[in-house]
Amino acid sequence: MDFEHESDDPFRDDEDDPDAHLSLEKESTKEYVVYLVDASPKMFTSTCPASADDQKEESHFHIALSCISQSLKNQIINRSYDELAICFFNTREKRNLQELSGVFVFNVPERDYLDRPTARLIKEFDRIEESFAKDIGSQHGIVPGTRENSLYNAIWVAQALLRKGSAKTVDKRVLLFTNEDDPFGCIKGAIKSDMKRMTLQRAKDAQDLGISIELLPLSHPSDPFNVSQLYAELIGLEEDELADFMPSAGNKLEDMKDQLRKRMFKKRIVKKLKFIIVDGISIELNSYALIRPTVPGAITWLDSVTNQPLKSERTFICADTGALVEESTKRFHPYKNQNIVFSTKELSEIKRFSTGHLHLLGFKPLSCLKDYYNLKPSTFLYPSDEAMDGSICIFIALHRSMIQLKRFAVAFYGGSSRPQLVALIAQDEVIQSGGQIEPPGMHMIYLPYSDDIRLVEERHSEKVGMVTRASNDQIKKAADVIKRIDLKDFSICQFANPGLQRHYAVLQALALEEDEIPEIKDETLPDEEGLARPGVVKALEEFKTSVYGENYDEECEANAKPSEASKKRKAQAEVATKECENYDWSELADTGKLKDLTVVELKYYLTAHNLPVSGKKEALVSRILTHMKK
Amino acid sequence: MARNKEALVLLLDVGPSMHSVIPVIEKLCSMLVQKKLIYNRHDKVGVVLFGTKETCNELTLEIGGYRHVVVLKNLKDVDGDMVEALQKLPRGTKDGDFLDAIVVGMDMLIKMYPKANKVKKRLCLITNAQCPIKASMEGTKEEQVTTIAKQMSVHGTRMESIIVRGKLCQKKANKTTANENHRLLNIFSEETSTRIVYVGNPVSLFGALKTQNKSPHTVFRGDLELSSNMKIKVWVYKKTIEELPNLKKCYEFPDIAVPSDQRVRGYHYGPQIVPISKVALDAVKFKPEKGVKLLGFTNSSNVLRHHYMKDVNIFIPEPENKKAMVALSALARAMKEMNKLAILRCVWRRGQTKVVIGVLIPNISDKENIPDSFYFNVLPFAEDVREFQFPSFSKFPAALQPNQQQLEAASNLVEMLDLAPCGKEKALLPDLTPNPVLERFYRCLELKSKNPGAAVPPIDETLKKITEPDSNLVLKNKSVIDSFRRCFEPNENPRHKKLRRLLLEKSSSSEEDGNGDITPLPSNLIEGKVESICNPTPPQVFEAMSGSRNTQDSVVKAINDTRNKIFELIDESNDGDNYPEALECLTALQKKCIVDQESEQFNNFLCRLWNFDRNLHNFCGYFASRGLTLIPKADFLDSQVTEKDEPKVE
Repeated sequence: MDFEHESDDPFRDDEDDPDAHLSLEKESTKEYVVYLVDASPKMFTSTCPASADDQKEESHFHIALSCISQSLKNQIINRSYDELAICFFNTREKRNLQELSGVFVFNVPERDYLDRPTARLIKEFDRIEESFAKDIGSQHGIVPGTRENSLYNAIWVAQALLRKGSAKTVDKRVLLFTNEDDPFGCIKGAIKSDMKRMTLQRAKDAQDLGISIELLPLSHPSDPFNVSQLYAELIGLEEDELADFMPSAGNKLEDMKDQLRKRMFKKRIVKKLKFIIVDGISIELNSYALIRPTVPGAITWLDSVTNQPLKSERTFICADTGALVEESTKRFHPYKNQNIVFSTKELSEIKRFSTGHLHLLGFKPLSCLKDYYNLKPSTFLYPSDEAMDGSICIFIALHRSMIQLKRFAVAFYGGSSRPQLVALIAQDEVIQSGGQIEPPGMHMIYLPYSDDIRLVEERHSEKVGMVTRASNDQIKKAADVIKRIDLKDFSICQFANPGLQRHYAVLQALALEEDEIPEIKDETLPDEEGLARPGVVKALEEFKTSVYGENYDEECEANAKPSEASKKRKAQAEVATKECENYDWSELADTGKLKDLTVVELKYYLTAHNLPVSGKKEALVSRILTHMKK
Repeated sequence: MARNKEALVLLLDVGPSMHSVIPVIEKLCSMLVQKKLIYNRHDKVGVVLFGTKETCNELTLEIGGYRHVVVLKNLKDVDGDMVEALQKLPRGTKDGDFLDAIVVGMDMLIKMYPKANKVKKRLCLITNAQCPIKASMEGTKEEQVTTIAKQMSVHGTRMESIIVRGKLCQKKANKTTANENHRLLNIFSEETSTRIVYVGNPVSLFGALKTQNKSPHTVFRGDLELSSNMKIKVWVYKKTIEELPNLKKCYEFPDIAVPSDQRVRGYHYGPQIVPISKVALDAVKFKPEKGVKLLGFTNSSNVLRHHYMKDVNIFIPEPENKKAMVALSALARAMKEMNKLAILRCVWRRGQTKVVIGVLIPNISDKENIPDSFYFNVLPFAEDVREFQFPSFSKFPAALQPNQQQLEAASNLVEMLDLAPCGKEKALLPDLTPNPVLERFYRCLELKSKNPGAAVPPIDETLKKITEPDSNLVLKNKSVIDSFRRCFEPNENPRHKKLRRLLLEKSSSSEEDGNGDITPLPSNLIEGKVESICNPTPPQVFEAMSGSRNTQDSVVKAINDTRNKIFELIDESNDGDNYPEALECLTALQKKCIVDQESEQFNNFLCRLWNFDRNLHNFCGYFASRGLTLIPKADFLDSQVTEKDEPKVE
């Protein structure tokens, strides 16, 4: 851990390269899911309202399918290394490894039954309802007189599908969609109890192998799903959980549909740090990246004709001899008219400061940590007793004292990529409605150096005399505005990144060859409705008058003289338009003589037609041709 | 660009009371010139020393006076020679008069640039301001300073005063002189754009002098929209930005066989790669409108410090716009009073494809000539937050919790190892702490420019205070540190026993919540500590071991250990009194083997037991009677055999 991979820029930090996580995701915990969908006739005949404000009724089967479809579309982006199988039961046809009747595993070519989701799977699954009756068929699997038990078979098939992978590294789940709370209702007597016992035993066996079975019951308001008939026992529900089960299951169904497309990251230790507290006492900390900007994912360059991935290669040619050389490990910096060459070794030597990873320097009150002391996302620290005894104990003691005394620690982080001063802020655990909102630990804030801080305020200070401050009345008016436009429950991560969501939507539309790109709601826009409330408008209006005076808007318009730059731009455009008329552009384009013109001449055309003037000459020519539609 | 050219005169006090800090001043000033050599080669720098024995300046020749002021370097383009000259400054013998030096420096600037043209004129004074300035012939000292300051202002000259004080001063300063000088320097600050920095330790002195490597650009100029009707004109700049040297690779020629117009971007969609041409992407991608809009205000407790994502921006009122200045001031002060923050949605530039959500924090100015402003920090989106869970500290067993004595020791340490003592200078203030890597890099650059083979120089002694604890502070708090050390000294023997107990507690409790992943700590602990199974209750330990996220190797090792333990138990058994315990081990082993897909291992082991000697046969009979059998193949997750070959369970 002492030496990290050297990034392209030796002074850049590379510990949080988002794609470094990608490779790790493959090995770390995955999730294998089998969607087990009841396809009995009752699933097709029972309906429930599509949504609260919609009168349209949808069949339970359709609801289950659209829920899975949504979930797949999210999964392929969020956790595409997770694997899944889709399996119907109570079917006419059968398709499964065990040749059990009444169970049909849905799949597409180039894919195992339990495998990663593919675009084709999602696409064909979206169309499955059209051909369901013909290819798979709905049929009661449990009928009096036979000993067939489709539910038993279904669980068995699911269990068999989930065989691969160790339960230690893989989370195995069966999601069961059904609207039949009493599947053995039509069976009587000893046979019924026998079948019930067998099914429960099968479910228990599966659970013993580390497979969790989750029930997603579908019901109609007039005909509630009675979970205690069979399923409470099947999924191992305790007595006291019964009451909460149905509402929470309903939420789960909603959650599956409305889930955000968000790439999931496996919890992993970025680094193990040795934290030297005082001479002779060190503790071990694990660092985690809790907050990092998410990017659309790695770009693979493809050949535009074949769509085959391109391989990137670098060749190093010696500037003196022209011979090919091994990858250069040297870099240079111009200085005093010469290029000063540094080897990688020298550069890392320059950056080497302390042998310890994190060295405590002292403590300061939290008020000393200014809001502009920030450069990049913080890193989370949590203690570990793995290598050094007592780490947890010391950490807890310091953590508690720092919170009590409202102080943060200043430490030197001697990482090999950018040695830096850091602030360590103790964060208490925050739990809200049973969930951990903020984990207990310390956040490491990377502090800027004086070289990194710019004196903007000073540079823009008034040259003569004092600046004008707001009067008490103006401050009061501003306070009224603040009271009116209050985001009470603001929390970070209440907004999805509209750019990223749009990207995922585009990707999905292209991959699935959908005609339309699903609309993404931009949640980051201001609440226009709220701002238009009379109280808000009035407060803003009063604030405006108080700081700007009565006729501000009119003054603004009167003062809106074009700036120097815009005057200049306008003049240039006029010249260009005039010059532009001196050429027969159509003729030049047809005879291919555009390239004989100078860049300045080409720009006349572009400026006159309000086109961008950037790029190389070829780009300009092609832009002109495009504009002329030639 | 000529517009950004700067003419800087360094006014350095080299009088006797300054001698101790001259080495730092040498480094600091030579580095400044070095940076200019790299980033602003056409800037001019002049060097004026005062407190020297000699006198050498034009004003002396022209009008007399101005003694003990030496112009070491006239204003000229920076060069290597100047770097060297600054590296070995002469030591003066007289008490310097900083006002004389200021006048000489101004004179140099005015002579070089008689008209207020576009060159930025700057003076930088470094002194301890301990020596009195000479009394004026006409008027008081105050009047004299005011006149000079007004002149400075007329010529558009800025001044920076770095005042060395505290521990850095050799002798106790004369209070009256110090106060007078303080008052005089403040006149400059009021009359001109003068920044006064007081530094009390060498590190801050090192970081106090700055040069602008790149001319700053606004990130945004336009309206801060509170609503569609109420807008405030602002300019947004970067407040912090990581300053890094930009090294280029030697002889690199990326080999592009496929030209850019024949390439297309591909993005992963599951296992596939979806090609998206740039044109298509441009056509459909998210294109928000440029603008900075208010979403609302919120309590400052709703945004935590560690949520800040990036370097920081600053919102200042549009220059020369009094109304904007007042509007921002009113908003900032109201927010400060109410302890509120504003949440903004920003699209800085036209055509930018991303939106930024961030928090606006009031920055109330305490200087009369600086308007109120706001800092802006970017906040994460929902996608950027990873919801990892960590065990509560209270969930740790008592053995890992600090006791009262330890808490006190920690509390004392946190309080006493104080970098920001009340009323004294705060150590390691980011604003005054230079980057030791950059310092070393520039020094190395200079050395290598003279000798390409020069070795990387060691860390500057002064800057070691950034990377290591201050020895004075440590010495001062020796008793606190010693008691901390005593309280937490790792005490090997008793801890191991505690650890065992802890293991057992943990293994049973982790069974209950069944989620090994949220309690990585105890398992880590187990990984590191349980080397072999030797205590009286192996099943639990075995479960603890294999329940943790161990590597495959240690699972195999655990299985082996359990095996040995079972053999041992059976061997030692007297008429089967150990059998129940051995069976327990065996059952645990079986269970884990199923989960870990080591069924084969278990079955092989069981067969070996069958085929062993008589003593073991008894045991085999015992466990067979208790219903323990081979793991059926149906449970072999890794088996090739399908269910069809198995007899029905029922």
